[in-house]
Formats: sequence, C-alpha cells, structure tokens
Amino acid sequence: MANLKIQSLSLQIKSKTLCCDLNVQVGENERWGLLGKNGAGKTTLLHALIGQRRADQGSIQLDGVSVYDLKQRELASKVGILFQQGIEALPATVFETVMLGRHPHTQSLLWDDQKDIDIAESALAAFDLDQLKERAVDTLSGGELQRLALAMLLAQTPQLFLLDEPSNHLDVAFQVKLLSVLTNKVAETSASLIMATHDINLAFRFCENIILLLESGESLVGKSADVLTEENLSQAYGCHIKSVSSGEHRLFYPA
Amino acid sequence: MIAQKQILLLTLLIIISVSSIVFSLLSGSVNISVAQLVESIFSSEPSLNSQVLQEIRVPRTLAAFVTGGLLALSGAIMQVLLRNPLADPYILGISGGAAVGALSAILVGATGFWLSNAAFAGALFSIFLVFGIANKFGNWSVTRLLLTGVVVSAGWGAVINILLTTSSTNNVQSMLFWLMGDLSQSSVNPAHYLLLLVGLVGGIFVSRSLNVLIRGELLAVSLGVNVQSLRLLLFFSASVFTATAVTIAGSVGFVGLIIPHMLRLLGARDHRILIPSCVLLGGSFLVLADSLARTLIAPQQLPVGVVTAVIGVPVFILILRSTIRK
Repeated sequence: MANLKIQSLSLQIKSKTLCCDLNVQVGENERWGLLGKNGAGKTTLLHALIGQRRADQGSIQLDGVSVYDLKQRELASKVGILFQQGIEALPATVFETVMLGRHPHTQSLLWDDQKDIDIAESALAAFDLDQLKERAVDTLSGGELQRLALAMLLAQTPQLFLLDEPSNHLDVAFQVKLLSVLTNKVAETSASLIMATHDINLAFRFCENIILLLESGESLVGKSADVLTEENLSQAYGCHIKSVSSGEHRLFYPA
Repeated sequence: MIAQKQILLLTLLIIISVSSIVFSLLSGSVNISVAQLVESIFSSEPSLNSQVLQEIRVPRTLAAFVTGGLLALSGAIMQVLLRNPLADPYILGISGGAAVGALSAILVGATGFWLSNAAFAGALFSIFLVFGIANKFGNWSVTRLLLTGVVVSAGWGAVINILLTTSSTNNVQSMLFWLMGDLSQSSVNPAHYLLLLVGLVGGIFVSRSLNVLIRGELLAVSLGVNVQSLRLLLFFSASVFTATAVTIAGSVGFVGLIIPHMLRLLGARDHRILIPSCVLLGGSFLVLADSLARTLIAPQQLPVGVVTAVIGVPVFILILRSTIRK
C-alpha cells in the first residue's frame, strides 16, 4: 500500500499557474479521476508525482517521504505511470517489452528470474496479449500498443498507478476491460490509482474521487458525485455541460 | 530474455574471434603454418618464426582486436545515448579532434609515441569542447549534444583539409593513411587491454538499464533508471573508448556503425548479449580486415579502414536484405 499526500502544491509553466494550493490525500484502494480542459495541467501534475517536475511550492509525499528525495529506483518500485504518448514502436518483441516493467524490481544482473517472467506473462494475459508474445512491437496496432503499455505497467506491480489518458486508442470493449482489470488489481494489492482523462463519463463510472483542475489554477477535490456536477464541469471546461441521471448512473454531454 | 539462440550466437562469436586471430597470425609476408605456430608458442628456442610472431604479428593482431572491440562497443553505446541509429563513435567529433592532433604531429615530424599522444590529446580536447558547449547552461540534452558534436566535427574537418592542402606530399601520404585508419604503426599496452575489459564488464553491468533507456528517456526514468548519471557515464566512457581506438589505429571507419547494427539484426537486441557480442565481433572483424590489408596487395599494405568498408558494406546490405524478407 502507498499513501500519497499532496500539500499546498503549486505548479507553474512559464508564467501560467496550472494549480495552486492543491491538497489531496490518496489512501489505499482509492481510485481518483483527474479532469480538466486541455492544457489545464493534468499531465504536468502526474509528472510532478514521479518527481519529474519540481513543485513551485508545497510538497508531495509518498509514505511520508518527499518524492524528490526518493531514489529513482525506489520510487519506480512504488509508483508506476502510463504515459500519454504510449510506447514507441521499436524493433523488439512484445515479451521483451513487457519484461521492462520488471526493471525496478530486478535483482540479478544477467538472468531473468522465473518470478519476473511469470508476472510479465500474467500481465500480458490480463490484456489478451498472450498470443502476441513473440510479435515485433513495430507490427502492432495502436490499440495493441496501448494494451502493451498497460501490461508493462501491470508488470511493474506499483502501489500507486498513474494513468495519463489510459483509454487512448482503445475500443469500448477494451475500455471496460481496462477498468475492470485495474479495479481488481487495485483492490487485490491495496494499491491506489490516479487517472487523467478527457472522458468525464469514464471517470464518473470508475473513480469514486475526483480532482477537477480549473482554468484559474484552483481545483475542486472530493467525491465524484459531489464534484462532477453540471455547474462545476461547465466552469472547468468553459462550455455548457448537462447530465442525465438514471439511478446511480449519470451521463454527461455538452449541451 | 536470454535464450538458447543467443547463447549460440555468443559461442559462435567466440569461435570466430579465435579463428580470426589464428588466421591473422598465420598470414603475412612470411608464411607460417599452423604447426609452426604451435611450435613457436611452445618452444623457447628463438627462430625466425617466433621472432616474426612476437615482434610483429602478435602485437598487431592484438592491436586490431582491441581497436575493433572498443569501436564497436563505443558505437553501441552512442546509439543508445543519442537514440539515433546513425550514431557512430565519431559522430561527436572525437575522431576529428584526434585527427587534428595526429596530423599536426606528422607535420612537425613526430612519430610513434608522440603521434599517439598528440592524437589522444586532440580527442580529449574535442570531448571536453563538445560537452562544454552542449552543457553551457547545466542542462544538456541529447539533441544539443548531437548538434554540437556534428558542428564541431565539421570544424575539425575544415582544419584537417587545411593541414592536408598545405603539407608536403611526403607528409600527406602518412596523413591519409592515418585518416583512413592504419594499424602498421600501432602498439598496444596493458592499459588498452584493461580498458577494453573494463568496458566489457561495465557495459554488461549497465546493460539492463541500456535496454530501458533505448526505449525513451521518460520511460527509463519511470522505470527507475537514473538517466542523468547514466547518460553522463555513457558519454564519457564511449568517448574514452573512441579516443583510445583512434589513438591506436587512426580513424578506422565503419566498425563502430555497422557491427552493433549487424548484431541487432541477427537478434542480439538485448544489451546483455549485444555488449559482449560487439566486443567479440568488432574485434575479430578488424583483425580479419587487417589480415587482408596486409596480404591483398603484398608487399604493399592497404589502410585497414579501406578494407573494413569494402567488406562491411556488402555484408551489411546482405544481412539487412535477408532480415527484411522475413
């Protein structure tokens, strides 16, 4: 389990304030959605969480230690991230690629431990890639590449999953599959998850908590049902957003 | 994953290395048979054969092996560091600096020891010049490094041309040999072997991180690789390997570019295999090329750099074609 504590965090790019005075505490078995319009700072915030962008103010602590003080490898064994760009199609096999996810945990210099191989193989199977094990990555489709990136993240067995647009390139069936695989994984390992996405409905369905970044640099943090309202979303995206509800489900659409 | 296929590749490369060294020891102006070679190794009696071997062929063969190994190793590292398939040991201007050093030494009539030292000093100067410019504001990026290297290279090229056009015909001959890569003046000392060994062991030691880094900087960071210090280590080690190689043999072309690619095409993409394979194949390739350089138009000698290109180009194209067809 990992405990992420963001305290009065401010991030700026040039002179633009992306977020100021952000306070979030992410505990075990929690799923968080990170929403905001294009350029609102979703990716920047995720990169800050892996120590790749300095905080202009405030602190980011993982289990009580600042992420900027953690050794790269130690951080990588706890926090895994799916980048928006996905993975590059270089000449390598699917299996070689998914094995890279084990890098932060690997002990031996030369040989691959059976344990790592097993974890990598089950990660492939979780995203229906086990048949493509020996395929060259540069022959995969966009959706297959995205699933491979997700399998690599799963193989990393992080305690905190960070996902930047995980549903990119995925068809509806795989979007649902992705959510159920990750939900199970988070529950199974008492992990936690933060997902940046443009899909408000996906976030509402999948995440019980939301960070909504506003144009002003302020942010709304809280339970999905409280934060994801027509009023808040219309303010965040700068366009009129309406919703229809049916029982517990809520569907958002631009008016 | 290290599979049987890759163990097979390594075994094959060891056999090739040993055979190329034996071949090199046997070939030359004095014909030595395998029996005579064995005899002169095990007998303490001085003979013409053992003298030829000890004083000429063994040092030269080892010089070729060390140079080839260092160049291929440096090429493989540069290709990861710059994430560019066209990267070779000379891309950052190290050979240019060495060449200017060496050519200036030739100009003033220096040979042997002083020539080597001038080349090494030139190479070192170029390394720090390129890194200094790329690192001006403390945050060097790979693109900056590459651009600086290419520009500095071009600068050295101009100086080389000035030296060539203004020197006497006699000197120009030696200069051209140096520029094309030539092992006839070479000598290696234990420090060179040690450097190759350190490169081999160190390379294997960071090979897992190289596997991750080649996939992208950000990904490597997220998987726990300390990219900043790894890149620094790669830059300086590859630079020193290149500087040493050009000091031994001049700028032998092609080895550092095609050997790593050839091995990748043959399936050695994992650096745990690629690094030792580069040392073995780079070494034996240059040993073989030098044997041919000595014998093809004997008693005259060709610069070994010409032979590496003449063999390397067609072999590389063949491998490229056969893997594309798959």
